[in-house]
Amino acid sequence: MNLQLSPDGNLRHLLTLDGLPRTILTHILDTAESFMDVGEREVKKVPLLRGKSIFNLFFEPSTRTRTTFEIAAKRLSADVVNLNISTSSQTKGEAILDTVDNLAAMHADMFIVRHAQSGAAHFIARNVAPHISVINAGDGRHSHPTQGLLDMFTIRRFKGEFHNLTVAIVGDVLHSRVARSQIHALTTLGVPEVRVIGPKTLLPTGVEQMGVKVFHDLEAGLAGCVVVITLRLQNERMKGALLPSAQEYFKFFGLTQEKLAHAKPDAIVMHPGPMNRGVEIDSEVADGPQSVILPQVTYGIAVRMAVMAILAGGAPA
Amino acid sequence: MHASLPDANALITRLVDAIAPTLTPDTFIVGIHTGGVWVAERLHALLHCSTPLGTLDISFYRDDFSRIGLHPQVKPSNLPFDLEGRAILLVDDVLHSGRTVRAAMNELFDYGRPASIKLAVLVDRGGHELPIRPDFVGLTLEVPDNQNINLSRLDDGHLTLSLA
Repeated sequence: MNLQLSPDGNLRHLLTLDGLPRTILTHILDTAESFMDVGEREVKKVPLLRGKSIFNLFFEPSTRTRTTFEIAAKRLSADVVNLNISTSSQTKGEAILDTVDNLAAMHADMFIVRHAQSGAAHFIARNVAPHISVINAGDGRHSHPTQGLLDMFTIRRFKGEFHNLTVAIVGDVLHSRVARSQIHALTTLGVPEVRVIGPKTLLPTGVEQMGVKVFHDLEAGLAGCVVVITLRLQNERMKGALLPSAQEYFKFFGLTQEKLAHAKPDAIVMHPGPMNRGVEIDSEVADGPQSVILPQVTYGIAVRMAVMAILAGGAPA
Repeated sequence: MHASLPDANALITRLVDAIAPTLTPDTFIVGIHTGGVWVAERLHALLHCSTPLGTLDISFYRDDFSRIGLHPQVKPSNLPFDLEGRAILLVDDVLHSGRTVRAAMNELFDYGRPASIKLAVLVDRGGHELPIRPDFVGLTLEVPDNQNINLSRLDDGHLTLSLA
């Protein structure tokens, strides 16, 4: 059974981009496009979700994602409650459901969930009342669908189409839920060549089966690319000694202006943030003319508005 | 019933004749997607308006959103001017319940405070549910609730009305 889609094919929850049809991805991107101008109006609000209660359930810290979800919900006129739940307390199994049940008793309409454990948002979605929608705002190494969608929105805004692109994802793919969501979205939207570039220790085994080409050399991997996505080196997720040092990582896989010169001259550079400057990306590139890192943040609001509006509109009354 | 419907172009001409004497250099025409935009484009051209044409998609302001959800093809609203203190001529194809016009006015006020809003519609089909009446109307026609009157645009740009 597909937890995300209703029997008639409408979006019920947004948990992962894996298996979502292209029509739904495109519908979200198109809807986001029409929300873009709301941020520029005198009144930066539309009344779509007036009277709805949205709970930001963050079991793992986040600034950008939580803030953009909050802004997106407020621009839709929803009431937003932010809950930063400490990861030190027992946050598994019963404890999560108790939290969720309590919030449902406060008449929540939507949960936005971030959790360090893969599958947390699915678990909540399986156990909520039918009128409640769940958005995964990042679960463990598994999935971060709204980030993947905002990256697609950014690519479409700057490059127009997907069918003629070569896209490189550089860095710590192993620990990255963002990379997984990006790969699913890029392949679903018809990008003919998706590459992952990184040291063997930071690429998941069998990543080729996701439909990507693997490179262990940055310069070779960047050749001919029009979109370069750098990933954050996930220090907090790095349990074993997978790397000698951040300095050595930068030497081989840090994106400098010199390395970027191997991609197409009109290539755009993306990063999901927060950046480790001087580790996976050089400041000169991050702040340079090819960087679209700040537009990504702005677009994230419109994309999250689109997801929330589609979910709220599709839920049974 | 089809035969009794007048030509849409004749109705547009009637609207132009009614609107022209009231038009000021400060009047801005705004069409409501989709049929209202078609009519607004014609009025804008025939009235030789020098001010930019605005378009509204009221999907984000509909009062039936919680029942029927988001329209699958939402188009961006485009108001390429400052509304503050302007005279707005709002244009739609068919006036029925008045809910679309209410939603459009709500949206307009989120962009600024216009000096006035007047309403022009190609057809007023009756069945009003709100105290909203057109200032300019091409045709007044009582249409039973179980029927719909639709404006469509052919490939050559020709507008036609149909009853179904």
